[in-house]
Amino acid sequence: MQRFSALALARNALSGQTGWQRQWRSPDPAKRYNAIIIGGGGHGLATAFHLARDHGMRNIAVLEKSWIGGGNTGRNTTIIRSNYLFNASSSLYDHAVKLWENLSQTLNYNVMFSQRGVLMLAHNVHDEQVFKRHVHANRLNGVDNEWLTAAQAKAFCPPLRIDAGMRYPVLGAALQRRAGVARHDAVAWGYARAADALGVDIVENCAATSIVRDRQGAVEAVETTRGRIATAKIGVVAAGNTSVIMGMAGLRMPLESFPLQALVSEPVKPVLPCIVMSNTIHAYISQSDKGELVIGAGTDAYISYSQRGALHVSTHTLEAICELFPQFRRMRMLRNWGGIVDVTPDRSPIIAKTSVPGLYVNCGWGTGGFKATPGSGHLFAWTMAKDEPHPINAPFTLERFRDGFLIDEAAAAAVSH
Amino acid sequence: MTGPFRTEIGGRIDRTRRIDFRFDGRLYSGHPGDNLASALLSHGVHLLGRSFKYHRPRGVLGAGSEEPNALVRVGSYESRATPNLRATQVEIHDLLVAESQNRYPSLSFDVGAINDVLSPLFPAGFYYKTFMWPAWGWRRLYEPIIRRMAGLGRAPTAPDADIYAQRYVHCDVLVVGAGPAGLAAARAAAQGGARVLLCDEQSEFGGSLLSEPDTTEAGRNRLAWRAATLATLAASDNVTLLTRSTAFGVFADNFVALVERVTDHLANPEPALPRERLWQVRARQVVLATGAIERPMVFAGNDRPGVMLAGAARTYLHRYGVRTGRRIVLATSADSAYGVAMDLHRAGLTIAAIADVRNEASGPLAAAARAAGLPLRTSTHIAATHGRLRIRGATLARNGTGAREKVACDLLLMSGGYTPTVHLYSQARGTLRFDESLGAFLPGGDTGILQVAGACRGIFATDVAIADGAEAGTVAAARTDPGGAPQPVRTISVPDSGALLAREAPCDRRAFVDFQNDVTTKDLRLAVREGFVSVEHVKRYTTAGMATDQGKTSNINALALVANERRMDMAAVGLTTFRMPYTPVTFGTLAGAARGNLFDPIRQTPIHAWAEDRGAVFEDVGMWKRARYFPAARETMAQAVARECRAVRTGAGLFDASTLGKIEVVGPDAAIFLERMYVNNFRKLAVGRARYGLMLGEDGFVLDDGVIGRLAPDRFHVTTTTGGAPRVLAMMEDYLQTEWPDLRVWLTSTTEEWAVVSIQGPRARDIIAPFVIGIDLAPQAFPHMAVAEGTILGVNLRIFRVSFTGECGFEINVPADYGSDVWHAIMQQGTVFGLTPYGTEAMHVLRAEKGYIIVGQESDGTATPDDLGLGWAIGRGKSDFVGKRSLARAAMRDPSRKQLVGLLTSNGETVLQEGAQIVTAANGNASIGHVTSAYFSTTLGRSMALAMISGGKARMGEKLLAPMLDRTHEVTVAPAMFYDPKGERLYG
Ligand SMILES: Cc1cc2nc3c(=O)[nH]c(=O)nc-3n(C[C@H](O)[C@H](O)[C@H](O)COP(=O)(O)OP(=O)(O)OC[C@H]3O[C@@H](n4cnc5c(N)ncnc54)[C@H](O)[C@@H]3O)c2cc1C
Repeated sequence: MQRFSALALARNALSGQTGWQRQWRSPDPAKRYNAIIIGGGGHGLATAFHLARDHGMRNIAVLEKSWIGGGNTGRNTTIIRSNYLFNASSSLYDHAVKLWENLSQTLNYNVMFSQRGVLMLAHNVHDEQVFKRHVHANRLNGVDNEWLTAAQAKAFCPPLRIDAGMRYPVLGAALQRRAGVARHDAVAWGYARAADALGVDIVENCAATSIVRDRQGAVEAVETTRGRIATAKIGVVAAGNTSVIMGMAGLRMPLESFPLQALVSEPVKPVLPCIVMSNTIHAYISQSDKGELVIGAGTDAYISYSQRGALHVSTHTLEAICELFPQFRRMRMLRNWGGIVDVTPDRSPIIAKTSVPGLYVNCGWGTGGFKATPGSGHLFAWTMAKDEPHPINAPFTLERFRDGFLIDEAAAAAVSH
Repeated sequence: MTGPFRTEIGGRIDRTRRIDFRFDGRLYSGHPGDNLASALLSHGVHLLGRSFKYHRPRGVLGAGSEEPNALVRVGSYESRATPNLRATQVEIHDLLVAESQNRYPSLSFDVGAINDVLSPLFPAGFYYKTFMWPAWGWRRLYEPIIRRMAGLGRAPTAPDADIYAQRYVHCDVLVVGAGPAGLAAARAAAQGGARVLLCDEQSEFGGSLLSEPDTTEAGRNRLAWRAATLATLAASDNVTLLTRSTAFGVFADNFVALVERVTDHLANPEPALPRERLWQVRARQVVLATGAIERPMVFAGNDRPGVMLAGAARTYLHRYGVRTGRRIVLATSADSAYGVAMDLHRAGLTIAAIADVRNEASGPLAAAARAAGLPLRTSTHIAATHGRLRIRGATLARNGTGAREKVACDLLLMSGGYTPTVHLYSQARGTLRFDESLGAFLPGGDTGILQVAGACRGIFATDVAIADGAEAGTVAAARTDPGGAPQPVRTISVPDSGALLAREAPCDRRAFVDFQNDVTTKDLRLAVREGFVSVEHVKRYTTAGMATDQGKTSNINALALVANERRMDMAAVGLTTFRMPYTPVTFGTLAGAARGNLFDPIRQTPIHAWAEDRGAVFEDVGMWKRARYFPAARETMAQAVARECRAVRTGAGLFDASTLGKIEVVGPDAAIFLERMYVNNFRKLAVGRARYGLMLGEDGFVLDDGVIGRLAPDRFHVTTTTGGAPRVLAMMEDYLQTEWPDLRVWLTSTTEEWAVVSIQGPRARDIIAPFVIGIDLAPQAFPHMAVAEGTILGVNLRIFRVSFTGECGFEINVPADYGSDVWHAIMQQGTVFGLTPYGTEAMHVLRAEKGYIIVGQESDGTATPDDLGLGWAIGRGKSDFVGKRSLARAAMRDPSRKQLVGLLTSNGETVLQEGAQIVTAANGNASIGHVTSAYFSTTLGRSMALAMISGGKARMGEKLLAPMLDRTHEVTVAPAMFYDPKGERLYG
């Protein structure tokens, strides 16, 4: 792998930047792999990287039906935080945040992780109770989260409106300072490049079309649009398409897929120093390094695989943004898009073995899995390599929906992203 | 003063009136009909902006919404300032103030241009390769600098002073684009009897008719045809015409969103007018006649001020009466450019050279240019351009030979052919095909509900476009009338054109592809070299096509380069997805009137005005405003709440419970239905009796609760929590319609029909008894959990004997219109008994003293009935109810489940924080539960709390800890019942 650095850039400047090589190869799929990851999003690529790096696995491939990072990884609003309520979740997401903190160095790829802090606004007494519960629970777990009064929130985020004339005034906010944003594409590309350097085959334009099982029921091969590939281990990491792929192996998943939308404004000079979220009035906003206001909207009411949401979903979120930041009312929406998110009944992910030997699944990240990317890859690789979960992902089984050991963050707070 | 570059006659400007405006502090003049770009060009001002990354000086490139360079901030007041507007779309008016952006200290001298000097260090994606050391460096060192350099204009700092409006309309045929094809389509559709909506983003209808010389190829007078067509349309009452209206998004089933700019072009708009209006149109048929956008040529130095699209120069000439230069070099790969050359030549501009990269220039236009003696050179490209803030010359080079020639000029026009504007077609999920002869993607065809006409499908000749549009309009109208005559069909097909896809001229210098984002040919080649070969990867890695123009002038050129680099067909490389919106849309327009009190409806009870008069402090509960407490003079909240609680315990209190959700459940199977929806038994509930109902989700967790009274064998009055009402009704309907369609049950939301006055306390009965007619309220006749209908003060009454305070209480339901009167009468009657109005806070304290839960506070969607101590509510021997199966799951029997208990702090003055975590002394870091409610209780003379604690019921008397930031409190586990455990007061 060609190392990236300022020096390398300078050296290349002399040759008109013509000395760079491919960041990852474009191999044809081999006939057989020791392990196959289906889904070339951030989670799938990170999984492959960790399989190769931490577990010394060789001869593995990531199959991506179109271009890597083009699913939710490249469509999300990149909010990264770990102030989740339940111990199982906050340790899962905080594990990821810790990996984020050194990810650029680990991958030798600047993923632009920017820990600018997330403010989660409380607009009524109930919000206040819920967020304080989060703050206290996080503190016990060693996860940073603090309670701010409305005035303190405004001091942290000066453009925020807090006057009492609002329909739902800001009563206070929870602040996680270690929360941040990152450059989504760089995450996919950085993992791809690092995994490729460890020998992982990243096969784009290759969709899995069926999963072949042997007489004992174990995984034997995967049929793809680029031919049959033999393997004894398959990790499915396909976000909104997971149910379809697991269906190929005869497993029904407790997932529903919804279009979730986001939008950006035209780029402007820095105006918003942090991330602001309001679950009560449905607003999620930050400003990218390019200067665009990045705004998360909601999911459509109906399940669908169409990566296009309805207009009223975006208008609804802009109502909330304009209420919190009336000075942004003249800003203009530049792009609007949707992704398909895979939602579990308890809104927590599944990172687990399945009843089919050799088949593993990592899904259900729904509206908020980008933040978990490095941790998810690390834990899923562990699970696949050792055929047993890491203690951190042990609670995130498929069976919990049968047995009732839910990790219900949504019920606790109705928070997405 | 008229600008020196203004023609003597012609154009659609009103020369009799002068408009003064400011740009970067300087005063300029123009005429009505001008936009900012045309007015400045009439003064010879080309330099209007700086590029995003390298801060290169940039001039006007286009003449419409495709403009990538000339972005300005308009507005002298922050409350009306808008950044990033295209000067080509800003109509001038008196008092207009505009300034350039992304430059410091001035447009002509910008220190940011240092980036241009350093550009060899900053290729595409350079930021992914560096700024990683030290690890904290990104956030604290590099990012702040990069953020300051990036971004275009400045966001407004003051709240927007304008208002916005929204409309929903239906029409038979929506025609988007009012050029020749669109006008013809609208007229034909209207003649076919359809209700037509025609919109165009420009200030005038006409499209290319306004930009071209007087007569068409077939000798038709363009403007006369336009005027006649418009007159017909204006006279038809089935036609709606919308100028300044951009169709920006197409959604499922011909749902099209338009934004109409209403006041930005006016100096003194009516204050009542919205600035913009969002039109949400559902059209039975859509005709897209959105035209085509010219492609720049890609050559070294193609971005200097004074380099412009050929068609734009023609528009400035014909429509605005502006000569964009004096001495012109024209670089082309398409025949259409020769028409422009002839127009400019006739207008007296000097054509210094025409460089056609093709080996031969054929067709009538090129022949005419030759005949006129224009200096035409084939097989020639531009090797370099000269000048800094304005182009001074160009070096022409013969393809394949070293022969070079330097030509002086003050304007360099380029034409790489036209790209049909297929954005909306693509948004509608139409499939595109690549047309080799046009070098462009064309719509694959008609979708049955959406057609394309004119240049948007590759038909550029005006006369043919008119015929094509007329056919599309006729077909569209006929389709909206399926019973009509035989369906007409389209007959015109797309001709070949002489355009050649812009090839990169051989050079080792930077040639710009995406002007605004400063993406060069080198960047694109670098991306492909580094393996970013999918077009989406190229776009994301180089940012080509991601600027505010969304790649209108750059996408196809970028694609051609990638195809070239990868030695693939354009068709195989494919296009990136076209995303909503076509051009940027104001947030305020999308948000509409939803601001302040209209942001969300405010729900008020019939007693609201009274409470307001009494100085109540309100809280938001969902959309409702609820009175939280009623402070007397100078009382704090704590004092008021203590007084209100005391009144209820010793005399009586009056509480407005109107916000409770109410559902009337009626029908022969009503009892069966409720029995399935709730855990309780309802079949055996006697008429005239009520029961506490508990509803679970399918997961077995508590979802809602409320009192349900049986008024008749087939009629129940169901109450829900204030916040849960819509959810409960939706869930009931869902089950009724999808699971049990056989049940004969009808549901009606009656939340707003009834005002609910709740009177609680030992004197409650005494106060209301004199008013109630037809019901004996005596304890034996009307015991706890009784319900009856009668009258009170002459109005219909439904009365429940229920209590959420632990005292004897009645909930008086009267028709909402009488709520206020009944409340008044009771208040008056109660004065002698010390009747005191109380709010939600006192209600919370009183119910907590009794251990009554609030769904959403004690429960959080993870609590079962048993966890909350409500297992008794589950009807014995019931075969099924929603959630029953889930209650049998392993996790539900886990002894470590959290259970509702009371907590008493060692210091009775300490009120715990709601949300505080509870730990054991043995393990101070592992939470075993949390405080759900905590208050100071006047009744008890001390604080109390409710909490959900792991294995809580088995911990009675145990000492636990509540660690807070400043200190740790010791607590003792107690039953979740602090007052009148036997319920003597309740039943009394
Ligand atoms: C609008 C939006 C906003 C969001 N905002 C946030 C946020 O702010 N913070 C946050 O943490 N999360 C957010 N999320 C969620 C987050 O994007 C996802 O949870 C996360 O990116 C999922 O990553 P992934 O790698 O699992 O999925 P993806 O990136 O979707 O990758 C799955 C891949 O599988 C491929 N695939 C599917 N089927 C097949 C097949 N048969 N064969 C081969 N390949 C296949 C797909 O093409 C895709 O590339 C948001 C999501 C959306 C849509």
